[in-house]
Amino acid sequence: MSNKLNHSMSLAKPDAQDISKKQKIALATGIVGLFILTLALLNIDLPNTTVFLALSLSLITLGTVVYSRDAYLTKLEGIKNDGVWFKSISSRGFWGWTLGVVLTAFYIVLYFFSDLLGLGQGVDGTNTGLIALFDPLSQLLSGRNASQWFVYGTLYTVAIAAFGYKFILKYRHNRYQQLRTISVIFFQLGFAYLIPEFMYVMNSDIPYYDLKSVWPLNYYLFQDYHLGEFLNAGNIGIALIIFGILSTLVITPILTYKYGKRWYCSWVCGCGGLAETAGDAFRQLSSKKMSAWKLERWLIHTVLVFSVIMTVAVVSTFLKGSWQDGTFVEATYWLSNKTFLISIGLFLTLIFVGVMLFKKNELGKDARYGAIGYALVILSLFIIYFTGTNGGDIFFINSGTLKSAYGFYIGSIFSGVIGTGFYPILGNRSWCRFGCPMAAILGFQQRMLSKFRITTNGGQCISCGNCSNSCEMGIDVRAYAQKGENIVRSSCVGCGVCSAVCPRGVLKLENGALEGRINPTEVLLGNDVDLMNLVNKK
Amino acid sequence: MEHIVIIGNGISGVTTARHIRKLSDKKITIISAETDYFFSRTALMYIYMGHMKFEHTQPYENWFWKKNNIELKRAYVSKIDSVNKQLYFENNDTLSYDKLVIATGSKPNKFGWPGQDLKGVMGMYHKQDLETLEAYAPNNNVCKRAVIVGGGLIGIELAEMLNSRNIPVTFLVREHSFWGSVLPKGESEMINRHIKNHHIDLRLGVNLQEIKADDNGKVKSVIIPETGEEIACDIVGLTAGVSPNIDFIKDSGIEISRGVKVNRYLETNVEDVYAVGDCAEQHEGINGRRPIEAVWYTGRMMGETLAQTICGNRTQYNPGHWFNSAKFLDIEYQTYGWVFTKPGENEAHFHWKHEDDTKCITVCYDTTTNLFLGINTFGIRMRHDVFDRWLTEKKTVDFVMDKLSEANFDPEFYKTYEAAILTAYKNQLQTV
Repeated sequence: MSNKLNHSMSLAKPDAQDISKKQKIALATGIVGLFILTLALLNIDLPNTTVFLALSLSLITLGTVVYSRDAYLTKLEGIKNDGVWFKSISSRGFWGWTLGVVLTAFYIVLYFFSDLLGLGQGVDGTNTGLIALFDPLSQLLSGRNASQWFVYGTLYTVAIAAFGYKFILKYRHNRYQQLRTISVIFFQLGFAYLIPEFMYVMNSDIPYYDLKSVWPLNYYLFQDYHLGEFLNAGNIGIALIIFGILSTLVITPILTYKYGKRWYCSWVCGCGGLAETAGDAFRQLSSKKMSAWKLERWLIHTVLVFSVIMTVAVVSTFLKGSWQDGTFVEATYWLSNKTFLISIGLFLTLIFVGVMLFKKNELGKDARYGAIGYALVILSLFIIYFTGTNGGDIFFINSGTLKSAYGFYIGSIFSGVIGTGFYPILGNRSWCRFGCPMAAILGFQQRMLSKFRITTNGGQCISCGNCSNSCEMGIDVRAYAQKGENIVRSSCVGCGVCSAVCPRGVLKLENGALEGRINPTEVLLGNDVDLMNLVNKK
Repeated sequence: MEHIVIIGNGISGVTTARHIRKLSDKKITIISAETDYFFSRTALMYIYMGHMKFEHTQPYENWFWKKNNIELKRAYVSKIDSVNKQLYFENNDTLSYDKLVIATGSKPNKFGWPGQDLKGVMGMYHKQDLETLEAYAPNNNVCKRAVIVGGGLIGIELAEMLNSRNIPVTFLVREHSFWGSVLPKGESEMINRHIKNHHIDLRLGVNLQEIKADDNGKVKSVIIPETGEEIACDIVGLTAGVSPNIDFIKDSGIEISRGVKVNRYLETNVEDVYAVGDCAEQHEGINGRRPIEAVWYTGRMMGETLAQTICGNRTQYNPGHWFNSAKFLDIEYQTYGWVFTKPGENEAHFHWKHEDDTKCITVCYDTTTNLFLGINTFGIRMRHDVFDRWLTEKKTVDFVMDKLSEANFDPEFYKTYEAAILTAYKNQLQTV
């Protein structure tokens, strides 16, 4: 097997042996599975949808499993990156671009043209096409017909499970990688996929709620229709709202303090789960340039500010009341709009002042941008209060418009179309890196107040660049390691692959004391002790 | 403004330049004939294996040099005129300097083997070697078999590279075990088995007699004197060590032996001329080290030190406790302190090996004082700072074995072996 691209002009490729016979059979199996989905998509009437759906999903899974076993179990345990920059699919070659276009097209159809997938296109609004193929499974789980989101959720879960298996085999010498992969498979299958379906069976008033999906990643959690549905669902609905608030304000900060943002981003999160499993082959494609880092910081924090303002505006409108039969009925919740806005303002001020007082050094030159962000949000709280009308207008536009703009640009275009569709072009974590507001909050805390860091092992770095190359978040890990510095970066999701691929055992993900966590050094361990002290203490 | 000229853009030269820039605004020029920008030589192998592209081996983005006001010049220095402080280039250009740093690194050893300059014979040191390898061994159709001569760190890396493209490898090692002149027997033999598990044809205790050419002056085969065997091959990798790359310095008045002779301040016999890294040769080894240390880390340390001297704070090169690391195919290796192939006088080794044959450690200690002297660790990562501290504090071997888990640096959730190691250590003491 040669991984090197062959530049021969001969028609019969002289070394057409990129993959083994077994892998070819496995590929064919998986493609037949995908082909069944394509037939359904093209509205070809499949006689027994139950059989064909089962066949399709099993063939895709089986193909991936057999392929992975042949790729990894035939070799000794170790790092399996041979040829990733030679293979067309993982180096932005022909197959990479093709896959990127196909995925992007799929996401556009999924988000904006679900009728093309067959949603409600049959007689009496029944499903046809691809969505109808998934009806039997949806009926089995929750007794209702499938939606485009059910189809998507099923394929998403299958992808995480099958490629998760592949990832576990790839890192079969590395327990950290195995455990976190089992974890993301578990959370996707249980929390994102099965539990919401079962919750619907128990109480059909409860809206879809993936319990592990935390605001602001779960941006619709506190939207008016969602809150309304929760409140209509009785005590269980209220309990879920409280759980949602606790997730953001209590659970998340505690876990992030103890373990860094990795507890969420690479152990729990569904977006992270897909990125780490199906997206693993593309991790090296993220840009490590300084310019990309600058863009990242602007983008992700802009999205965060946008999502905070949007959520506050929507909740504020909700708390005011609603129009019923032509008259405006003021809401009578225990929390008034004014109290809500004031408490948000106070809370943010508390965090801002706290950071400025105690964490000024960590913030460094970014303090200015933090202040701008804070000022923007506070200003908008006032605007929301003073320009808010009973019609739901704020900023002189409808809060519903704001909400749908966020849903369209961030929820759909950024996280779906670009975030996943562009895996083979921008790398597998471009949503997590450039767009996810949850990652922004967790990252901010990780940088300011967390025990997590990647420790650099004294002077052992040889600047080879394997760590930076494999960082899906585009962190130039080597820049720190070669200076003997620990890596304490807000964007680090703690996937642990830099540590795994390091050929000199230089990197270790750790939770430890806050003191000495950030350790700038000029002269590395191993040199004259006096010189180290002289230069490093400066 | 004083002009510092550095010949060589490897880790030693670049570290010197970076630190001079931190300490001063002197004019700095780095000259290299090999590449436009600094890259990590140790990462060359990963380019051939497809883990990275060449640009990924460059630790600094290309704008870095201009931003830090470090001039880069791509040229080949053919002569140094140390009297008039002038460099002559191959194309007859000249450049004058106020202070000169020689950091030209190494070149692969060739021991006068017949056929050593044939097409398809290469070392694995420079970027150009990689390009040659790519030309002669792009895949296993063009290259049906490769022969590697020399069982050290570069040899096994070259074997791993070729293995990644499924090119069959015959690996000739002169010693009776891989890297047998450095590693204790138990470790070296474990690596022998690991090499064979990768389907590499490892031949121990054999030499190279000659390399034979085909009609086009390209490698055809090698002859092994011990057996008289002729092995057909398409490339030969010469990896029998490296030596200082200093041919152009002859007749410059700068004292050389195997390398450029320097004192503890890294100064040569000529004023304002210094040497760092692989090409520098100490008059005598420091604290048991060799006079020439062709290691990434020592190159960096010399650079850190020399920058101080050049910027007015004359500082001795004073490396701390020895450390090093490598990777043998899938097995990582680290060493702290001194562990030689055999224990010296009043010294003993404690060796532990895991049953899976991919992890082992060897601890060297003084039998009279019980002092811990050093450790080799394979397949288990250990902390540099902890061992550095223990060595400085002169801990006993009992202390180290007892506290070994403090030094563990393996990723979280890994199985740990300290308890098993301690048990084995105690058992060994009882039987002695």
